[in-house]
Amino acid sequence: MRGMLQRLQTWAERRLPALTRYRRPETLPIELHRRRIYIVPTMFGLGFSILLLVMLVGALNYSNNAALLLTCLLGAASSTSMLFGFRSLDGLRLTQIRAGHAVAGQPIELTLTFETLRTRSAIRLDIDDAFTAFAIDANGTAAVKLTLQTFDRGWLPLPRIRLWTTWPLGLFRAWSWLHPDQSVLVWPRSELSGPPPRAPADDARHMRLYRGDELAALREYRPGDPQRHIAWKASAHHDNLLVKDFEQPQNRPQWQLDWRLLTSMDSESRIARLARWIGEAQAERRSYSLWVPGTEIAASSGPLHYANCMSTLAQLP
Amino acid sequence: MMAVDLTSWIRRKKSVEPAIDNRTFDLLSITVALVLVVHASHLPWWLSIGLALILGWRWWQRRQQTGRVPAWLKIPVLALLTLAVIISYGNIFGREPGTALAVGLLVLKLLETETPRDIRVGAGFACFALMSALLIDQGLVVTFVVAIGLLPALATLRALEPAQQQTSLPHTLLPGLGLLAAALPMALLAFLLVPRLSEPLWGAPTPDEAHTGLSDSMSPGNFTDLLTDDRPALRVTFDREVPPPDLRYFRAYVMWEFDGRSWRRPFVRRGENQSATPIEAATTIGYSISLVPTHQRVLPALDVALNAPAQAQLLSDHEIVADKPVNDQLSYTLRSALRYRLQPELDDRARRLGLQRPIGFNPRTLALATQWRQQFGHNDAAIVQAALSLFHDGGFRYTLAPASLGRDSIDDFLFFTHEGFCEHYSSAFTMLMRDAGIPARVVTGYQGGFWNKLGNYLLVRNSDAHAWSEVWLEGRGWVRVDPTGAVRPERVSLGAAAAAGDQLSWYRNDWLQGVRNRWDIVNRWWDQGVIGFDSLRQRGLLTPFGVRDMDTATLGLLLAIGSVVFIAIGLGWALLRRKPRDELREALRELEKTLARKGIVRRPSEGPQHYLSRAARALPHQRDELATLMTHYLELRYANDIPAPEPLRAFQRAVRDFRVVSVVK
Repeated sequence: MRGMLQRLQTWAERRLPALTRYRRPETLPIELHRRRIYIVPTMFGLGFSILLLVMLVGALNYSNNAALLLTCLLGAASSTSMLFGFRSLDGLRLTQIRAGHAVAGQPIELTLTFETLRTRSAIRLDIDDAFTAFAIDANGTAAVKLTLQTFDRGWLPLPRIRLWTTWPLGLFRAWSWLHPDQSVLVWPRSELSGPPPRAPADDARHMRLYRGDELAALREYRPGDPQRHIAWKASAHHDNLLVKDFEQPQNRPQWQLDWRLLTSMDSESRIARLARWIGEAQAERRSYSLWVPGTEIAASSGPLHYANCMSTLAQLP
Repeated sequence: MMAVDLTSWIRRKKSVEPAIDNRTFDLLSITVALVLVVHASHLPWWLSIGLALILGWRWWQRRQQTGRVPAWLKIPVLALLTLAVIISYGNIFGREPGTALAVGLLVLKLLETETPRDIRVGAGFACFALMSALLIDQGLVVTFVVAIGLLPALATLRALEPAQQQTSLPHTLLPGLGLLAAALPMALLAFLLVPRLSEPLWGAPTPDEAHTGLSDSMSPGNFTDLLTDDRPALRVTFDREVPPPDLRYFRAYVMWEFDGRSWRRPFVRRGENQSATPIEAATTIGYSISLVPTHQRVLPALDVALNAPAQAQLLSDHEIVADKPVNDQLSYTLRSALRYRLQPELDDRARRLGLQRPIGFNPRTLALATQWRQQFGHNDAAIVQAALSLFHDGGFRYTLAPASLGRDSIDDFLFFTHEGFCEHYSSAFTMLMRDAGIPARVVTGYQGGFWNKLGNYLLVRNSDAHAWSEVWLEGRGWVRVDPTGAVRPERVSLGAAAAAGDQLSWYRNDWLQGVRNRWDIVNRWWDQGVIGFDSLRQRGLLTPFGVRDMDTATLGLLLAIGSVVFIAIGLGWALLRRKPRDELREALRELEKTLARKGIVRRPSEGPQHYLSRAARALPHQRDELATLMTHYLELRYANDIPAPEPLRAFQRAVRDFRVVSVVK
């Protein structure tokens, strides 16, 4: 059933471009206007109109003018609510979309910024399976956060966003499709387990745990720390014992992560392994460099470097 | 405009409906409470109180802990409700028991209201229940309360929407008021133009069920319902002068046959094909009557009609019988004689009919009449006078709640109970006349009516129903005699309500009466304008514009055109986009106005900097002040796309405080 409907939808988009014109990707900012806001009654709206019809027939049948007046009033109010629904979408602008970082398979956080001149309430937003609702004050902006499920690494074009509302009475559903011409980058999934990277031969001595000579920091005493590392003078000013921490991440052996060294593997496995190594290196605050076909990233560390490397991996063909 | 949107629709169905908050439930409870209030007048008091208790308990219970009421509690309550309705109404079908059941079910619906869907169903159903209150009473006050009841219903639906500003409970009702106000013009248009049904789709007010109007038989006591029914029966407009109150007799049924208990029209009228009896008219009057459906064939006419309208015929006794029962509002134009000589020569058949009496009934009446005949000889008029004197001086009392009568109903009335209303008097009088040998018959119809000055027409209500007698006197023909007038002259001169005096229920005769009379003008306006707006007046709606009689197609066309106009207005409003206000520009305008009063007018080609520098030169005492204003303005305008809010406020304040100081040179 669902597959059939989806085929129908694709067919309609291809064959009936006039109906689905605004579903093609477009650049930000996107402003909603009358030619792209659709309104249909909700199920409740249909039920309510049947109820109104029953009331109308009853009032006419009993020649009861007061009941007829009430029915007309209710009917007119219901139809007027359609205009309110339209107005709550009309003129709304999507100005910005920011995406967080996520590894394939994990949800990615999106922040959509809307602007408006009027106060608006109860606007709902659907992307794929995620949905949320928001309100905006007059002349205000709203940052709407929601998460999007990811599956594969690489550029994920944003799916259609549906903005809809049943404001004010739930009788009509006004909606509009936004299809921002924007993609979010999904980082590759790392493999679950595997060998550590092979260190260069001349760096063999760095393979054992290295203890720096310089004092890096003071940290709290943990059972098992050697007594000679305790900073006695500094500890005197504190409640707890402090230990001189000599280990420094910069001084840990640098990893040179190289695509070319991972022979006899297909490219996705290579990417997954590199991603795991990058992740481990980042966790150990180790400095690393990356070479992949077409890109070479010099050794460095820190979150920016990590993001850079992961993004490079994500974009590999 | 329908986009292909099916897959997402199906997907959305799966999403779980959120639980409802207390505010929404409170609003629905208020709606249901209002429904109970508007229905309280016709529900049995114990049912109203019971339902109110259930409502209150449920509200309290949900405050303690949300959740549906368990089924073992719901089902017995439901059974109890059905039982209660059956006990008090006899069945569960029909308008009143159906309404009672609907109100009860609405209250019980609250017991299982926990999701938005339940709330929506409840609110929609509440709207229906509110409307059904109008089916029972469509007075102005009830309608107003019902319209107020829509506000919490609309607010309930609104409260279901996610992500909205929190406001206090009274404030949540205001948007609904705005919506209703915006919808009112469209509603009025629809109300004016929705074509009314020519006849009910289902047996709405069946003739026997509805206790409206006169019937073709009359037995003492069966007017009681009619005389307390304030609904309109007919409306009369007169061509020229209006007859005085004591001549406003509207003749409907002429009853000849008496079986000891009831008066009837002759079942078979052998004279039906004969033309109406001759009439010698002195004063005639033209008028038209708009008749509320009676489901009978007889058309009332001012005493006595000279002709019959189309599709009706004038019978020999001047009763007008239409070809079809009047199931729809009917309007007809007639000419009547106010002073007349009707049938100066009586034929044998009519005389026989007019003297017919059941054998073996009412012996004392017969004895009295025989005694009068001996006493007055051939003077029929004196006998009539004697009977009227008997009613006037014999201790007779006018009451709407008379004692019941036995087999010899006229004897009982004349010699024992001495109390009754028009039916009793006309019946007894006619019988006395017949027993005395004077041909007589009973006539029923309406007498009196309310003269509506504003609308220039006479409104005759069911409560104006009346019965009187006609006696045939030698040389004068049939003469109308109203024996009720002998007992209670107010009945004829002032109307039924005045005659009833303290017989009516407490709310009609207390000090409240004065208040009610004043308030009645509003009620009447409502009755005429809204309730009385029938298909007849709907069809005549465009008479001032030269359209005589609108048919359904014209009405539909007008409704469509009107709706399009309103839709256009609505869309114009919906599509209207205001430009964002430029507060900085407005502030500068204000400054320009202040300076212009001193003759420093900004030229069209002049930029703000040049202008303010010129102003500073013109007002050297305030040079610094103006220079500061200029700098601030330029900074606000050109430093950022949108002026920063705080400096903007400061600039606005500075502009407001700026005064041109006049310096005496």
